[in-house]
Amino acid sequence: MELIANFPGWAHHLSESVFGPELGTPIYTLVKTLVLIICIVVPLMLCIAYLTLWERKLIGWMQIRLGPNRVGPLGLLQPIADGIKLLLKEIIIPSGSNKGLFILAPIMALAPALSAWAVIPFAPEVVLADINAGLLYLLAMTSLGVYGVIIAGWASNSKYAFLGAMRSAAQIVAYEIAMGFALVVVLMVSGSLNLSEIVNGQGRGAFADMGLTFLSWNWLPLLPMLVVYFVSGVAETNRAPFDVVEGESEIVAGHMVEYSGMMFALFFLAEYANMWMIATLTVVMFFGGWQAPVAALSWVPSIFWFFGKAALVVSMFLWFRATFPRYRYDQIMRLGWKVFIPITLIWLVVIGIWMQTPWNIWA
Amino acid sequence: MTEQARIGRFREFFKGFLLLELLKGMLLTGRHLFRRSITIQFPEEKTPISPRFRGLHALRRYPNGEERCIGCKLCEAVCPALAITIETAERDDGTRRTTRYDIDLTKCIFCGFCEESCPVDSIVETGMFEYHGEKRGDLYYTKEMLLAVGDRYEEKIASDRARDSAYR
Amino acid sequence: MEVFIFYFFATILVVAAVCVVTMRNPVHSALFLVLAFFTASGIWMLLRAEFLAIALVLVYVGAVMVLFLFVVMMLDINLDRVREGFWTYLPLGATIGILIAVEMALAIAGPRSHIGSIPAPADPAANYSNTHELGLVLYTDYLYPFELAAVVLLVAMIAAIALTLRKRKDTKYQKPSDQVKASSTDRVRLVSMPVEKKEG
Repeated sequence: MELIANFPGWAHHLSESVFGPELGTPIYTLVKTLVLIICIVVPLMLCIAYLTLWERKLIGWMQIRLGPNRVGPLGLLQPIADGIKLLLKEIIIPSGSNKGLFILAPIMALAPALSAWAVIPFAPEVVLADINAGLLYLLAMTSLGVYGVIIAGWASNSKYAFLGAMRSAAQIVAYEIAMGFALVVVLMVSGSLNLSEIVNGQGRGAFADMGLTFLSWNWLPLLPMLVVYFVSGVAETNRAPFDVVEGESEIVAGHMVEYSGMMFALFFLAEYANMWMIATLTVVMFFGGWQAPVAALSWVPSIFWFFGKAALVVSMFLWFRATFPRYRYDQIMRLGWKVFIPITLIWLVVIGIWMQTPWNIWA
Repeated sequence: MTEQARIGRFREFFKGFLLLELLKGMLLTGRHLFRRSITIQFPEEKTPISPRFRGLHALRRYPNGEERCIGCKLCEAVCPALAITIETAERDDGTRRTTRYDIDLTKCIFCGFCEESCPVDSIVETGMFEYHGEKRGDLYYTKEMLLAVGDRYEEKIASDRARDSAYR
Repeated sequence: MEVFIFYFFATILVVAAVCVVTMRNPVHSALFLVLAFFTASGIWMLLRAEFLAIALVLVYVGAVMVLFLFVVMMLDINLDRVREGFWTYLPLGATIGILIAVEMALAIAGPRSHIGSIPAPADPAANYSNTHELGLVLYTDYLYPFELAAVVLLVAMIAAIALTLRKRKDTKYQKPSDQVKASSTDRVRLVSMPVEKKEG
């Protein structure tokens, strides 16, 4: 234990003695951050891989089927088999495409999806970058994901891909506004842009003092915002029932139609990384992050609560997919612009007024 | 618009925000999550097959080993997919027999007309459906292959025919 | 170290900005503009203006440029036609460009300018929040200008919509709200009819 605690200081010292006092500290910081990034990305990738299996299993069960169970025990090796298949497949670049942008697009899709994880607090003090503008950073990063879609659609030089990209981009831009407003309400009641602060703020309140922490989380007073945020999140990640971008019956696979092999896999990874992202953000903003639901259970490690809640929320995505038929495009746009944005605006004012009254529960 | 209708629309408007219909739908799928799966895991488990099942073809023999087919070509004539090719010749003992009896299974539509038309119950469709070919020609069954299928599954073929005879 | 990072970003920014003007393909130009915004936000980050830096990414990269790309991709621009006037407009463009550069240089480094005499801000405390400070200033000292700017933007938005929105009478479209209201009783009428006796 002492060895682990001393390791950062020892590594810092080593770096200074090797590179000199001038360069030693920056290089140490760089290496430390890279190692921490790997510590986040590798489990994340595993989560993404197994989310694909969980999706197929859960939807299978809901349709009274079994789901994949042939590769490995209970089908547990299925994601690995899928990964190997995609890795070995040929990457085809259409001759009429814009080659550079065609290759750039999947990277542009995945990079923001992964970089947003830098500010997520997994447990108290366990966060890569505990920055004050964490929420802003998240909004900025999630708004970049749309570039992967647009560039892919345009660079493919295919009408299906282009139409899919246009649909998807318009949808993402529309729902981002509702999502942003929902987060602004959360930010108002917590009075901070720092995600750890937001989580800590949810652990305070009348119910939390009684030991029923889960009743003082944001989901209860901000229930309409939770619904708006989560549904917008589903639309933002282009998941069913908002998956018109890959409506098989009309535009095949949307912007991904020309992609094959690993380049397609990157889009796929980005989609599932975004699902996890929305799920963890829902947990952080509305379900008290790493906190235990009741004080009596706080002996369970906080990372367990965090992951458990995120897994439950991510399963909601799959439940939606198993339940609802696909929206028509004009309905999607109507829901985003004419329903969600007005609701969030009204609720923003309602909460603002509430916070000025003596019954302000967030003081 | 009457007062009542206006109140009704007002109520509908706010009821819409409760997402009741969506919750109802999710409840339905949620209930199915705990239902027993009805999947039949094919190679290990199989569904029961009717005695009338029309699968792989076979040519049958009489119990004494003599082949049943007399080369009347009724099956060839009735075959809607033109999958059967028959050539006949006189055998040494003076009976007419086929020298060639081919069924192209890639053409066959498994309608069972050949079986219906056969006056001596020679060509039959068995309950076998787990066969495959790795090359194009593999599914072109010749007389020897069909007879071999018949020899192999004769017991099953006979019992299927016996079970179904009451309904014919 | 900071100087190195600054020049790194600055080089990318200048190259990207030049590419925006010189690229033949308008989509490439727009994407280079995205890169320019991004590196500019990096430079602002160096100045510890994290709110402005992130807002730049959020607003310009995340929203404005997406819509921009939308339009540029939709338009089927004839590249040769766009390039035709390049040399005829070059003198005018270059003059204006040089003029702007000279004015900026005079403003920043001129004899009457006192930018150089403003002391660099002290290193902020660990929990210093740029966003918080900016909010305090905006909503106290500059409340009226800020609200005025917001109203001007709102008016501009409404005006833009009002000018471009037109409803064609002959366009047929569905109203989802009406469709949602429909129920099975509106569409199907179940009638029970008495069984008819056969005559004779």
